[in-house]
Amino acid sequence: MATTIESRTPAISAEGLPVEELVVNVGPSHPSTHGVGRFVVHLDGDVVVDVDPVIGYLHRGIEKMAENRTYLQVVPLTDRLDYVGSMYANWAYCRAVERLAGLRVPERAEYLRVIVCELQRIASHMMGLGAAAADTGAFTAFVYAFDQRERVVELFESLCGARLTYNYVRPGGVAFDAPEGWSDDVMSFVRALPARLDELDALLLGNVIARGRMKGVGVLSAQDAIAWGASGPTARGSGVNWDLRKHDPYSVYPRMDFDVVVGERGDAYDRNRCRVLECYESARIVEQALVQMHGGGVRIEGLPRLLQPAPGDAYDQIESARGALGVYLVSDGSPRPYRMHVRSPAFANLALVPLLSKGHTLSDLVVILGSLDPVFGEIDR
Amino acid sequence: MTSDEMLELIGRISAQHPRLYPLFSHEFGDAVVGVEPAELLETAVDLREAGFDRLLMVTAVDRGEKFVVVYRLQSRALTAAIFLKTQVPRSDPHVASLFGVWPAANWQEREVFDLFGIGFDGHPDLRRILMPDEFEGYPLRRDFEMPGMIRRPDYI
Amino acid sequence: MSALLTGAGWGLAAATLIALAALIGVWWERKVAGRIQMRFGPQQAGPAGLLQTLSDTLKLMLKEDITPSAADVAVFRAMPFLVFVPVASALVVIPYAAGWAPFDISTGAVFFLAVPGLSVLGILLAGWSSHNTYASIGGVRAAAQMVSYELPRTLSVLALCVLAGSLSTGAIRAEWRWWWIPVTALGFLVYFISSIAEVNRGPFDLAEAESELVAGYFADYSGIRWAIFMMAEYGGIVAASLFGAAMFLGGGLGLGGVPGAILFVVLTVAIATAMIWAKWTFPRMRADQLMSFAWKVLTPMALLQLLIVGIALALEVVLS
Repeated sequence: MATTIESRTPAISAEGLPVEELVVNVGPSHPSTHGVGRFVVHLDGDVVVDVDPVIGYLHRGIEKMAENRTYLQVVPLTDRLDYVGSMYANWAYCRAVERLAGLRVPERAEYLRVIVCELQRIASHMMGLGAAAADTGAFTAFVYAFDQRERVVELFESLCGARLTYNYVRPGGVAFDAPEGWSDDVMSFVRALPARLDELDALLLGNVIARGRMKGVGVLSAQDAIAWGASGPTARGSGVNWDLRKHDPYSVYPRMDFDVVVGERGDAYDRNRCRVLECYESARIVEQALVQMHGGGVRIEGLPRLLQPAPGDAYDQIESARGALGVYLVSDGSPRPYRMHVRSPAFANLALVPLLSKGHTLSDLVVILGSLDPVFGEIDR
Repeated sequence: MTSDEMLELIGRISAQHPRLYPLFSHEFGDAVVGVEPAELLETAVDLREAGFDRLLMVTAVDRGEKFVVVYRLQSRALTAAIFLKTQVPRSDPHVASLFGVWPAANWQEREVFDLFGIGFDGHPDLRRILMPDEFEGYPLRRDFEMPGMIRRPDYI
Repeated sequence: MSALLTGAGWGLAAATLIALAALIGVWWERKVAGRIQMRFGPQQAGPAGLLQTLSDTLKLMLKEDITPSAADVAVFRAMPFLVFVPVASALVVIPYAAGWAPFDISTGAVFFLAVPGLSVLGILLAGWSSHNTYASIGGVRAAAQMVSYELPRTLSVLALCVLAGSLSTGAIRAEWRWWWIPVTALGFLVYFISSIAEVNRGPFDLAEAESELVAGYFADYSGIRWAIFMMAEYGGIVAASLFGAAMFLGGGLGLGGVPGAILFVVLTVAIATAMIWAKWTFPRMRADQLMSFAWKVLTPMALLQLLIVGIALALEVVLS
């Protein structure tokens, strides 16, 4: 990352005065980069002239590693992509494998996948919102958000034993059936959630200073959101009504009754507000799924451990907390993927940073970053 | 959009571009169209006009003598998605940049350039993105070797 | 000579008071913040974690005192003291009992407002001498902020001076009447808010803004020099709370059998706690919002307060 930290040639401002740029190197280890991103910010006074995001500090070559492992062995790698929402990458990858190998997953497994992914959405949004709050200095809101995330993580722990890298969704089903009493715990959690969300919403976004910090900051137009491939709350905050659960339905989502949350102005406030409101919808979906789910197997019986799909390629995507998370798999008939590519929503969303932050102040850059909810495990892969 | 409508749409676009050919259709539920590298930019513009307003993914697959560059397009209005594929020779891999058609190609093409070494003509800022600038080689090519890299035998 | 010795003695007392206040203040802040955030705060060191700050202080004293190689060494090393000393000196003009302040000069109120303002120089130079972009931005932000908030703060205190007809803190305290509380309520609000901004604490902690500037002007300080910055911050809170309790709320005068000294301490702690409460509840403001708040909201409010005081004085003359 040999991007030089030097001022470029002096520019001329709109008023005809010479602009002396101050270059601030935000990251790779900085409190508000949500991981290990680096942003070389060119400032004119306190105003951002240009931002150059430098990424790749967390690049582990997961796509390359996948070429050297069997289809089942890749699942733990996908956990490490989006480490605040491991279930999504698990599921997106498994859907691609299932599409490639032509597998049909038992219904109970589909319901369990929907339940864990909607719980994951709550957990992930809580993390994203909390971090966005901490970026504006509201550390108490972060703690309140993290409290709810912790509850979801505890539910996952009792489901699959892991708190961060779940390795739960597997090709052909899920790893384990829900333990005794788990459904009741989940039900009581999602029933209690709306009241907690109301409280958080008031603390986080109802606050007059928070509104002042977020409203009108980092405005993304709907056209730009579509053209730049933004997805998830980042696109929906701009009024782009596009949610894969609704508009490219997969799994058992067509049976669920929920609304797609869409913002209006496309600023940081709307993006964050979309996240809060989506958590209410997720709670609704989990509640319906728990009611609809009935007994049965959670894995395809007799599925060989060494999958050898016929040569070909397949792409499948799901709506993750950050947007359209897709996995592209190429098979050459061997037991290992010939090529795996992850279409990362956070990667596409982060590419918007230079577009969104020009003309705003350094303080706003931090708010904009928080509102995009980047997770660098997924961006750098 | 049903698969028949999809076929019809691809047929219509193919009629405008003689060199655009349906590779195979909805084998896995996905329509795939191939295009010569020279025709890529025009085809992309036409596909965008036809309603494919989103470029979701740009990636490449190493097929020995050739690289296959894969674009995934999605249309919210048509509720359809297709693959657009083009092949470039390994000896001189380059293809037109689609940044002007879909800005989403910006970072994705940088990534393909970084990991495969495929050039994108007309890209505004073609630099390495994930690997360090001073890195040598293109890691996602199948023949990429590095000290310490282990190839697992087939029986594992 | 004897005046110099007395001054040195009071200075030492003020420094000790600040050190003690910082020790207890940090513990209290962590306890209050813990309760606000559904947790307990320090618990392990000593009863209810009272010794936690002491152990932290010992740790900070033992840590290496790092001076960055690019820094302007002499300035960099001196600045923590230039920040601390003005804040500490503000304590000597606070009237701790009716009609008595350690240093009862005829312009005590001006002294209290002006001298701590000198610490802005220390902050600006600390940021500048670190030779670090974060620190420089933090220093410049602090300078702009503290200078702007000086005005509403001064105007709000001026209301008291007008009521008492004196600039001496001791005299204001001696003149203090209960009916001043409703009359100067607006001024107290302005004083409270601008005091938070004066000591660079949340929601006005732009100068250190940990999510933007890492730690702002003291980003490069470590060990005991860093601790002195923290002590200056807590010293500022203590001074502002003591002054607010003594001057605006009449602390020190007994009420319904409660001794004045206890009431004074309770009011001081209440003001300090409100400052902690604000910090742990609100997000941080942006620089331009901060400025427009100072000039478009607080300053007119302080001027309105002066008007109210003028009317009250006129009424008093008419009624008597």
